[in-house]
Amino acid sequence: MTPHAKDRTLELHNVSRSFGATVALDDVTLTIASGEIICLVGQSGCGKSTLLRMIAGVDVIDGGHILLNGEEVSGPSRFVEPEDRRIGFVFQDYALFPHLTVEQNILFGLKRRPKQEAASRTADVIAHIGIAHLQGRYPHMLSGGEQQRVALARALAPQPDILLMDEPFSNLDRGLRERVRDETLSLLRGLGTTVIMVTHDPEEALSAGDRVVLMKAGRIVQAGSGYDLHDRPVSAYAAEFFCAFNKVSGVYRNGHVETAIGRFAQALDAGEGTPTTLYIRPQAISVSRGPGDVSGQVKGRIFLGEVEQLAIAVDGLEQPLQVRTMHRLPPDTETVGLTVLPDSWLAFPPD
Amino acid sequence: MISAVRSWPRGRAGARWLLGAGCVACLVMLPIFALFLQAAQGSTGLWSHLASTILPAALADTIILLCGVGLITAILGTSTAWLVTAYAFPGRRVLEWALLLPLAVPTYIIAYAYLDILHPIGSVQGTIRWMLGYSGPREFRLPDVRSMTGCILLLGFVLYPYVYIPTRAMFLTQSANLIDASRTLGISRRAVFWHVALPLARPAVAVGVSLALMETLNDIGASEFLGVRTLTVSIYTTWITRSDLPGASQIALSLLIVVVALVAFEKWARGKQRYSTGAQRSRAFEPRHVPPGKGLMLLFAGLLPILIGFGAPAIYLVSEAWKRIEFAGLSTRFLAEAFNTIILASAATIITVLFGLLIAYASRLRPGTATTWLQRLSTLGYAAPGTVVAIGVLIVLATFDGFIDSTATAWFGVSTGLLFIGSGAALLYAYIVRFLAISAGGIDAGLARIPVSFDHASRVLGQSAAGTFRHVHLPLSKAAITAAGLLVFVDCVKELPATLLLRPLNVETFATHLYGEAARGTYEEASIAALAIVVIGILPVILLSRMGQARQ
Repeated sequence: MTPHAKDRTLELHNVSRSFGATVALDDVTLTIASGEIICLVGQSGCGKSTLLRMIAGVDVIDGGHILLNGEEVSGPSRFVEPEDRRIGFVFQDYALFPHLTVEQNILFGLKRRPKQEAASRTADVIAHIGIAHLQGRYPHMLSGGEQQRVALARALAPQPDILLMDEPFSNLDRGLRERVRDETLSLLRGLGTTVIMVTHDPEEALSAGDRVVLMKAGRIVQAGSGYDLHDRPVSAYAAEFFCAFNKVSGVYRNGHVETAIGRFAQALDAGEGTPTTLYIRPQAISVSRGPGDVSGQVKGRIFLGEVEQLAIAVDGLEQPLQVRTMHRLPPDTETVGLTVLPDSWLAFPPD
Repeated sequence: MISAVRSWPRGRAGARWLLGAGCVACLVMLPIFALFLQAAQGSTGLWSHLASTILPAALADTIILLCGVGLITAILGTSTAWLVTAYAFPGRRVLEWALLLPLAVPTYIIAYAYLDILHPIGSVQGTIRWMLGYSGPREFRLPDVRSMTGCILLLGFVLYPYVYIPTRAMFLTQSANLIDASRTLGISRRAVFWHVALPLARPAVAVGVSLALMETLNDIGASEFLGVRTLTVSIYTTWITRSDLPGASQIALSLLIVVVALVAFEKWARGKQRYSTGAQRSRAFEPRHVPPGKGLMLLFAGLLPILIGFGAPAIYLVSEAWKRIEFAGLSTRFLAEAFNTIILASAATIITVLFGLLIAYASRLRPGTATTWLQRLSTLGYAAPGTVVAIGVLIVLATFDGFIDSTATAWFGVSTGLLFIGSGAALLYAYIVRFLAISAGGIDAGLARIPVSFDHASRVLGQSAAGTFRHVHLPLSKAAITAAGLLVFVDCVKELPATLLLRPLNVETFATHLYGEAARGTYEEASIAALAIVVIGILPVILLSRMGQARQ
């Protein structure tokens, strides 16, 4: 948009925040470049929404610094009020003012501008988002999807440097959610807006963001591309957040994890004999009626359409292995052979 | 760029609101604090006189009165609440809101009305004698209404709605499943009330009774007209007839101790139960249809307390007022009193609502321990009876007046006299202290319905904290603020003890006029004043009944 677009960045340095005895944010450091779309993801209570509120300035931080375009906005000696930060916010409940029409809601953020300019900017945004037919209505007359678009239009109207979105699609029905998400993100990419979006849905995080930031108990667990987080998780927590793994206990010896279903090569920063858990994805095990690396008994089958999920008991394992396969096994199959695909496993020593 | 990021550091938004709320809390605390100081300074000689003569009798009377009124309001409040929730009969809908009507009749007005209605040579007793064949009051008369029993009964019949309102709400929100479950467990329909509904409603009854007893402690007119010498009456006479401020403060303190005991009683009576609204929306209680004959009986039973607490006095006041207006019209003195009443109440309402806004919004901007305490402290005055607040205010403002007067005399050689006490400022101060809880509580409840995300949305869209208040909170809580204002206004109009003690010389309101006439035993324009107060008092009843309907 403007020539300086690339300079706009948000920096968080050692940001902390506690509510009484609860630590909501613990030493969070993160830098966001202009035009990036970031997904903050984690279970509820991990501090992701708190972080959003700190960036917006509707809450204060206890420690650290937040810099916007290189200028400190939250810190020990300085606090810029939210109204002076040029940040847009789409709230989980949309927070549309019920006493104002759609048009008045959008005008709300343009009160500091001259009347003419505010009116023409409102008209632009309404046209761009495609909500001209809604502009005279009140929020309670809108469907969930319409409210979401109005909330987006209202947040974008003042041309914020950064757009924050707190679970913006969680109030929508499942079918609608994906469509609205795709439309919204392609619109934001087209505008080149810097976006920080909070979600608790792993799939949404992987698909929506240029960069995914996984949080747990107020700390950043891992930040990187969706591929990084899914394929190369740094911890058992990160691994399990994005995928339901088979967990097989074993022992680390001589560069391998030794388990009841075989030896798996894995370089680990751990001493010989360290108890280690092997993580195998359900789709990384191939199953056949012929012999495999190990054999097992089919204990349960759940047909999911595209794939079938099998529960297979293997001697020496407490839990049956969960296997997802596109291969159709005859109904009377009892004994199967299993093969773990090469280089598909992960291993972490227990905490 | 439209707005440059402000480059100078400044305090967080809300600091000024917090400071304002702090000042309000101090203002409210000051009279209570002063009362303690004054009582502590009181001469010991006077105290021993008080302790040996006035206090024991007054304390005993107060406790008997509280027990009696507590019992009557509990019985009337719960039984009427159960009547309109558990049974369906013709007229039930009307009864539901009509049972609130006695709220419109202040205690001193019901006493005033019944003194005349039940006068030994009045028409009611005359009719009874005529029916029984007696010829005069020497042969037969009803027991004198001027007694402890009379006082307990009359107060009970106007104060029971304090129990009726929360108890009925409790019966309504109690899940019908609980009642059904108890019936499948072998409890008869009749026993459900005693074994399930009543124990569940206990917290509500406790809250209601304690509110009714607070009103009883506040009452000065009824007890005095009916010859019951309570602590409140003693404070008044100690100050008015003996000008003994330390003595009055000491009695006021003992009255405060009774209030504290009352609050403790409420906590105890509630037990460990709390109002709880289940996550699931519970099925509403289904009233049972009764045969027409029994329905008529129930309707009559429900109408009885309304008739005694509202109907009879209202009819009496209307007819007396009518007679008076026909006979003499409205005097200019009466119109001046109307003006005084409205102006004083309006001024107090405006300030009280503003202060309430300050307290409620500060807690919203800065939720935390500090604002929780500010809110608690600033609403303390509601529990304190009007006489206690009045004595406290008197001490504070007399000190200020003395200070200003001596300063002005020393610097300019002019005496300012009693600046605050003489101007009615003292009365406004007392109204604010007493009714800030209503305004702050009502506005707080109104604000609580606005999601916090609205505040955040407004802030990130460029509004300051004050702008957010103006553009978002004010339009969205207009109804709550208006309702709070109305309640404060009506309470100011009805308030007697503080008005009596603190009004400027020669300024009369409806309430003090009525008191004056009743004290002198003359029956002139008081009925018009009383009728005016009752009519104004009906306004919040309408509001309450509407809120009740909206909830259903």
